Amino acid sequence: MTWVLVAVMVVATALSDLLQSYEMKRAGAQSVGARGVGRLLRMVVERRYLLLSIACLAFSFFAFMALLQSAPLSFVVPASAASFILETVAAKILLKEEIGARRAAGALLVLIGVAALGG
Amino acid sequence: MRLAVPCELTLSIRAIRTYLLLLLFLALRAFGNLCLAWGTKHLHEALAAHPLAYLRSMAQPFIALGIVMLIVALLVRLALLSVADLSFILPMTAVGYVLAAVLGRFFLHESVSPRRWAAVALIFAGVALVGSTPHSTTGKIQGAK
Repeated sequence: MTWVLVAVMVVATALSDLLQSYEMKRAGAQSVGARGVGRLLRMVVERRYLLLSIACLAFSFFAFMALLQSAPLSFVVPASAASFILETVAAKILLKEEIGARRAAGALLVLIGVAALGG
Repeated sequence: MRLAVPCELTLSIRAIRTYLLLLLFLALRAFGNLCLAWGTKHLHEALAAHPLAYLRSMAQPFIALGIVMLIVALLVRLALLSVADLSFILPMTAVGYVLAAVLGRFFLHESVSPRRWAAVALIFAGVALVGSTPHSTTGKIQGAK
């Protein structure tokens, strides 16, 4: 059951972020003034992919809560870092982001750091 | 607003805006979580006991404030995703884990082991590396209209 929950959490988080990134790249640069925040809020309701991303976020959150109840935090936090790898690979393949050696190395250091922080 | 500025200058303005959004997001999420933690610890009833308890808990000012901060944090992250790569933002926002550890130490007096300090150093080294790469590589970013 634990691994099912981990899978749900990781996949839902990755899906949510990919949908958000895809939609926001298309939307163009947004600002966060009083007007900008209102505009972003409207976008979340109006754009189908953003709405779907919020649903995914809810799934990942409930899986996270259920995991916290049954597994130690020192397992849950590093496990949630697994979405990091999945998302970086998907960003390269699906979103066509360029991940050079430097960004890959940096991301790897951060990943090890986050895992060590939780453990 | 569109000004005729040299290319390099526009690039650096864009970089500064990315980092400002990043800071705003990290601050909102860290303090939003702190408000939630503080608020839930000062409730008089157990949350898990009853679904309605969640609704009632929102009348607690710290919980309400925490929820509003986290919603705004989500919107700021969307704005961040509109100007930078997902593969850039993910490692950069990992600084939030460090922030949480520091805030936990400061407000809740938790101790930080040498192993955790080493982890913090690794995260900052990684963030420095990722930060030195171009923020957006997909080339679809246009100015807001």
